Amino acid sequence: MIPISWYLLLSAFLFACGVTGFLTKRNIITLFMSIELMLNGVNLSFIAFATRLGTLDGHIFVFFVMVVAAAEAAVGLAIIISVYRTRETLNVDRVNLLKL
Amino acid sequence: MHQFLFLLFGAICAGGAINLLIQRKTINSALSLIVVMGSLALIYLLLGAEFVAVIQVIIYAGAIMVLYIFVIMLLNAGEEEHSKGSNVAKIFGIPGLFAGGIIGIWVLLQHRPADRLIAIGALYGPADKVGMMLFTKYLLAFEVTSILVLIAIMGAVVLARRSNS
Repeated sequence: MIPISWYLLLSAFLFACGVTGFLTKRNIITLFMSIELMLNGVNLSFIAFATRLGTLDGHIFVFFVMVVAAAEAAVGLAIIISVYRTRETLNVDRVNLLKL
Repeated sequence: MHQFLFLLFGAICAGGAINLLIQRKTINSALSLIVVMGSLALIYLLLGAEFVAVIQVIIYAGAIMVLYIFVIMLLNAGEEEHSKGSNVAKIFGIPGLFAGGIIGIWVLLQHRPADRLIAIGALYGPADKVGMMLFTKYLLAFEVTSILVLIAIMGAVVLARRSNS
């Protein structure tokens, strides 16, 4: 028997780690992995609340989040390969063509 | 026993997340993300989410992370370059972070919702129940998702193709 708030604390910690990584990292692949970490934190709170409310709807939502994450990873990594082919770098600071 | 298992897997999970942040090589970050996902699958099992735990391992730790590692090795991503942080972030970011944290803790203490203990097996989500729900209550969302995946496949192929022009 453990309180649901422990699960939510772990979920918030994972999300905060993801946000920190997204804001501080420079490598574009690491930025994508930080987004995955945030999605995982959200998934954990979906499952915890599903158990709290006693319905399986949270599990379905996690399934959809995973599908969207898979689609995002496929398209995002294709964009990364395309960017690397034209700019020859993975550093997001160097990809500044749209910057004012 | 439940508390011990949760604390063990939660500590592995949090350690993996911190390791993802402090590693400078991309491949090490990817491997620690796999550790996070594996321990999260075990936490899902503690919550009774059997189907979600299995697809977490198969899709996330299996398919998605293999794709990431494949791209890291393909592009030969080495160590991250250091760059100078902006001054605006140093001046406003750190006090703003503290202020936001204090406000968040204060609000949580003011409106503290009722906590509830949950035991192993409080809710059991095997594949047949989840699948039944997926094909009845959420059938429209499921079918729309198939279109999303189709478009993602086509987008990935078009973007990664070497253009001849």
